[in-house]
Amino acid sequence: MEDILSQAKKVAEQAEVFQISSKMTPIHFEANRLKQIQDKENIRTALRLIKGGKVGFAQISGSIEPSALVEMAVETCQFGMPAKFNFPNPKVYPKIDTFDSQIDAVTIDDMVELGEQIIAKIRQHTSEILCEASITRGIASVHIINSEGGEASYNKSFSNLSLEGVLIKDEDMLFVGDSHSSCHPILDFGPIAEEVIKQLEFAKRNVGISTKSMPVIFTPHGVVSSLIAPLVSAFNGKLVFDGASPLKDKLGEQVFDKSFSLWDDSTLPYQIASYPCDDEGVPSQRTPFVENGVVSHFFYDLQTAALANTQSTGNGSRHGGLPTPSPSSLVISKGDASFWDMVGDIKEGLVVELMIGAEQGNILNGDFSGNVLLGYKIENGEITGRVKDTMVAGNVYQVLKQLEAIGNDTRWVEGFLLTPSLHCSSLSVASKAG
Amino acid sequence: MQDEIANSLRGHKADYIEIRLEESKATRIIYRGNRLEEIGRTSSLGGNVRALVKGGWGFVSFNNVNKLQDKVELAVKQASIVGKEASKFSPAKSVTDVVTAETRKNPMTVQLASKKQLFDEYNDIILSTPKIQTSNIGYNDGQRKITFANSEGTYIEQTKVDISLRLAAIASENGQVQQIGLSLGSQGDFSAIEGLQEQVKQMAQRAVGLLSAPQAKGGEYTVVLDPVLAGVFAHEAFGHLSEADHVYENKRLQDIMVLGRKFGSEHLNIVDGAAVPGLRGSYKYDDEGIPATKTYLIREGILENRLHSRETAAKMGEKPTGNARAINYLFPPIVRMTNTYIEPGTLSFGDIISDIREGIYVKDWYGGTTSLEMFTFSAAEAYMIRNSKIAELLRPVVLSGNVFVTLSNIDAIGNDLQMNQGGGCGKGGQSPLPVSNGSPHIRIRRCLVGGS
Repeated sequence: MEDILSQAKKVAEQAEVFQISSKMTPIHFEANRLKQIQDKENIRTALRLIKGGKVGFAQISGSIEPSALVEMAVETCQFGMPAKFNFPNPKVYPKIDTFDSQIDAVTIDDMVELGEQIIAKIRQHTSEILCEASITRGIASVHIINSEGGEASYNKSFSNLSLEGVLIKDEDMLFVGDSHSSCHPILDFGPIAEEVIKQLEFAKRNVGISTKSMPVIFTPHGVVSSLIAPLVSAFNGKLVFDGASPLKDKLGEQVFDKSFSLWDDSTLPYQIASYPCDDEGVPSQRTPFVENGVVSHFFYDLQTAALANTQSTGNGSRHGGLPTPSPSSLVISKGDASFWDMVGDIKEGLVVELMIGAEQGNILNGDFSGNVLLGYKIENGEITGRVKDTMVAGNVYQVLKQLEAIGNDTRWVEGFLLTPSLHCSSLSVASKAG
Repeated sequence: MQDEIANSLRGHKADYIEIRLEESKATRIIYRGNRLEEIGRTSSLGGNVRALVKGGWGFVSFNNVNKLQDKVELAVKQASIVGKEASKFSPAKSVTDVVTAETRKNPMTVQLASKKQLFDEYNDIILSTPKIQTSNIGYNDGQRKITFANSEGTYIEQTKVDISLRLAAIASENGQVQQIGLSLGSQGDFSAIEGLQEQVKQMAQRAVGLLSAPQAKGGEYTVVLDPVLAGVFAHEAFGHLSEADHVYENKRLQDIMVLGRKFGSEHLNIVDGAAVPGLRGSYKYDDEGIPATKTYLIREGILENRLHSRETAAKMGEKPTGNARAINYLFPPIVRMTNTYIEPGTLSFGDIISDIREGIYVKDWYGGTTSLEMFTFSAAEAYMIRNSKIAELLRPVVLSGNVFVTLSNIDAIGNDLQMNQGGGCGKGGQSPLPVSNGSPHIRIRRCLVGGS
């Protein structure tokens, strides 16, 4: 890496080398049985240059010839965007726990046993279900150096257990599932099995639902599959700067329900989205997006922050190319209503557990509209069964402007969102059965 | 290298082993509004080994392509932990071949400056349209040379070139934001994305038009799909269900997807095939070295075939179709679509809308996904149909349904097949895989539309 940096410094005003190497072992169960064991090693080295005031970028996976990497990056500089930022000077980084050495103690046999146990547990409840499960353990190392003397490096361990079950009766398919990720080794399948069994219980029979507006409860899985994509794009500093975010002029304004708060936090210990510094070497932090309904902050990387005349929030993240603003862990404030209190308050309504296709709507405008892949009907304060052939459409700003209740059942979903269930008083539900 | 690969495949206790080495280079250009935000080049060298022992698989991926022998050993060892029964794997003829990329205007030979000039021009067209707030342009090209060898003596080198371009115009007024996108692609012909000035201009104008359009009322409608969206429908609603890896271990799904079952009217034919030449999903051999085919999934309304890898074909007692694909060396091949389309019928567009009193005409693709039984896909543009005529513009709509019901509700098929080369397919974490899909205009009765 030092070699790349020193060669790059000779041809450019500033330079930065980013390297990530990872080693992971995923194992996969298919149709209730162990199917495949994988071993994946990967190394990626990226060079970012500022030359003639413009940003150039090149990346190589695998073994590197430093001069080739420098040459590729230089070629792109002449067309690159004008650099509005400097690479970070030496910084003091917060100590964030992202590595648990116990990960090395997890054997393939342990992982196989965990998979067998969870599948057995689910089949004990519903013998005819077909489960796919994945168990992964891995470690990654990140190292960043730049021409301004900045340097950062950290290790991360990660572990994931996910399960998806399908139950087919005639032409009726029921999909259930859950997953959990952590920097600690995951050794307990209990919470995931419990969640999946809960879904199977609620979906035991199919019931019809009317086509009309009605109260809807989004479970944590429902929140992540319906409401999060429009919010993430609206708080992205880049979209705000472009004027494409509906929140662009709303800083300091009450846009959401007073009881709704949302923040980004890359400092949470042992969360897989945590880090001491982002992919540009900016220290991690907690950034409030919504405080008691008021829009308080957007998220930025270095370049976007400079364009917008503000500071990076430590959200520069690489997805195969240049860093771009991306959330780390998102947290929605916890409420005080139990899930069953919320259900109990509804005469006729819908629980959205999983929605597909919600992100295909006009998310810039906050619209979402999708098929309820897994959802339950509420009648007279009780869950009476699963609804099918049902679509829910709405606008995230309307939904979150006035929430009927916020749950106290907060949990992590998809490894990056900590959220309770959200109860909104009225949403458009369209159903074939109705 | 060929000898080293052959040597490392020898002398292991496995039913089957394959090695894949991949060398690639790519260019990516991204615009947001008037900023060229990213221009970058990447290159990659890596590979993988996959081994089958007693029905269990081991898979090892790496960047360091030295010591192949060790990687083969590790994969075999892993597979041995998994394997507990007899392997089932379709026999295949061994092949030795070198396939070069057939390119009319290879993007690798087009200067960065020329690429930038073209996208600058498109971007200016979008941004100079009144009420347009901003634009997005994302361009990717890549060339990959894949060397594939297996323990049965097959050795294939294939070079592939792929291009994709996505343009979006974002209009804004009074706090409302609307957008329309255009997705294009080609297998190795840069000229396929040149000369689109008029299309880009219309796209920007349509995005502005959406600002004042009402939202559809949710419910069931007769819908007419344009070729782009009908192609997405064929891919999402039926194509994924035809992938045998969903079916081969699932007895109940096998009962549903039994060959010979009637799925639609006798006018309905759905095809998938990498052997259909010149499209983004076209190739000579799949990632298990099986020659590409053209497969009728539905012929005259009847389920005739499904898409297979060597393993799924053997387990179901059917023939491999050359549909095992891996997006790159980091993943094992899985069953994927290639070029998927509904074959044209005889009706004109006028015929199709002639007896619709109230319906919705949906055009162009925005996205789509499926859970096998339920599918959902979104149209970028929609119009009411009233009394056999195209009426007012609507906000984009999401269509959703149950595949088994919806296929049998297709009651009219147009004569105007068009293939859409934009976008890409995601499955099992492998995305976006180059595919194409297409259709003529089709009409679906009683389709569920999300709305207010």
